[in-house]
Amino acid sequence: MTFPITPRNIVAALVVAGLLLLPLYSQLTGNIFILTLFTRIVIFALAASSLNLIMGYGGMMSFGHAAYLGIGGYAVGILAFEGIGSGFIQWPVALAVSALFALVIGALSLRTRGVYFIMITLAFAQMAYYIVSGMSRYGGDDGLTIYKRSNFGGLINLSNRVQFYYLCLGCLFGGLYLIWRIINSRFGLVVQGVRSNEQRMQAIGFHANRYRLVCFVIAGTICGLSGALLANNTDFVSPAVMYWTRSGDLMVMVILGGMGSLFGPVIGAIVYLVLEELLSQFTEYWAMIMGPLLLLIVLFARGGIMGLLGRLRLG
Amino acid sequence: MVDSLADPLLRVEKLVRRFGGITATDNLSLDVMSGELHAIIGPNGAGKTTLISQLTGQLAPNSGTIHFAGRDVTRQPAYRRSRLGLARSFQITSLLPDFSAIDNVAIAAQAHDGHSFRFWGNARKEIHLRDAARSALTRVGLEARADVPVSELSHGEQRELELAVALATKPQLLLLDEPMAGLGVTESARMVALLKELRREVTIVLVEHDMEAVFALADRITVLVYGRVIACDVPDAIRNNEEVKRAYLGDQHVVVAHV
Repeated sequence: MTFPITPRNIVAALVVAGLLLLPLYSQLTGNIFILTLFTRIVIFALAASSLNLIMGYGGMMSFGHAAYLGIGGYAVGILAFEGIGSGFIQWPVALAVSALFALVIGALSLRTRGVYFIMITLAFAQMAYYIVSGMSRYGGDDGLTIYKRSNFGGLINLSNRVQFYYLCLGCLFGGLYLIWRIINSRFGLVVQGVRSNEQRMQAIGFHANRYRLVCFVIAGTICGLSGALLANNTDFVSPAVMYWTRSGDLMVMVILGGMGSLFGPVIGAIVYLVLEELLSQFTEYWAMIMGPLLLLIVLFARGGIMGLLGRLRLG
Repeated sequence: MVDSLADPLLRVEKLVRRFGGITATDNLSLDVMSGELHAIIGPNGAGKTTLISQLTGQLAPNSGTIHFAGRDVTRQPAYRRSRLGLARSFQITSLLPDFSAIDNVAIAAQAHDGHSFRFWGNARKEIHLRDAARSALTRVGLEARADVPVSELSHGEQRELELAVALATKPQLLLLDEPMAGLGVTESARMVALLKELRREVTIVLVEHDMEAVFALADRITVLVYGRVIACDVPDAIRNNEEVKRAYLGDQHVVVAHV
């Protein structure tokens, strides 16, 4: 594989380097807050990347993607609550339940297209939201505190800030590598072909929905992993993580960074969450600034930030 | 090439398709013999594209049957008919606009080369798919444009690419819906020359308005009017058919004059 020196790749490389060196900076300056913030950013970057797989490459505008954050998180939280603290059980369960949920939701939603697809994925995610809100044994509306983070034996200590950060970063890079392999594989080309012209793909012999569904399940499973990470990060999981506004946040990150660009959602997550952090220090109405900003991106930079960078020329 | 003793490759019987009050396909029966080039002509609105769409499975008939290579495919979805060897080109160019020319063709070859639930290997590095795509591009004269995105190809090139995509699926039967639509004189001539070559290898159903091309190419011609077959015969007989002349009214002169 070759990476030509383009503005996009330079920015991506700088961001990767920055993310790798961040704990060092945090240690040297004693700025613990920045490590906490970026742990969260990295987790959301993984979730947004998984959404990008179906939204950007598959053309499926899922408005219920945060459901998997909650499902992954609750799998960890509920198992911990019931006394099963091993991550070797919690995490596979989180992934499996997310995959199963995606399979059912996908099989039903993918009968529809366009706005109907957006609405039906939203409806299912809201349904999941109300179901967990009603689980009084696990805190209902108030959420569930996780007293002990997932236990991976002597392998890794999730309570250590730096170790946990690198675990999240490893998951992000692993996820991106997986997505990169997928989008260039036979499967990935079919999914992108279906996004581009479904009728044509059927006419040359592809059962389009089968490929869409598998793609939908892969994305849900990856997002379930983000959910497991997020629950460990906050030591807490509540229905709020799967509320529709969270799904909206994920969509915004993808669009902001650049739909259908591998690294776009990472940039999107960084810009969105850093801006949120900075702006909310000045005003609680930070969304008033974020809104118009997003509007500008959608109107004038259709490929998001990565799209803008792609149009820049060096020298 | 017409062999009345052999079973037809494609047999359409009593096909009916209505849109509201309009019967676009009206009790239509049609046989296409293996090896022939069968043209379908008719005035605008005769239901030609509706027929093609039912043959490929994009549109379901209200009644009637379609047999392809001895199988009843009436209820089979489009992707399965493609796997049986039925390929189409679209009247209005329908390609993958975000893909390069060669990717458009390679993915068609991929559809007919094992399954595509392969998630890891780089599909653009599968030599046999790229070779198959390149040879289909060469057939239609687009080999030099392989890496150009579809959106940057000219209209004529896109029409040729449509054909390359269909060829890459290794079809037994090629359904071409107005392949000359919108082509200039030289481009049309190239397309006719190309079809003359292809007809030796594959059975073709050709829907076309360009009468000169139709009469130059077809073994048999079926004439549709208001969704019904009013004539089906060899070109010479069609040219002298009174009912066809009446149906075309002014157009009859076009039919006669050009041939």
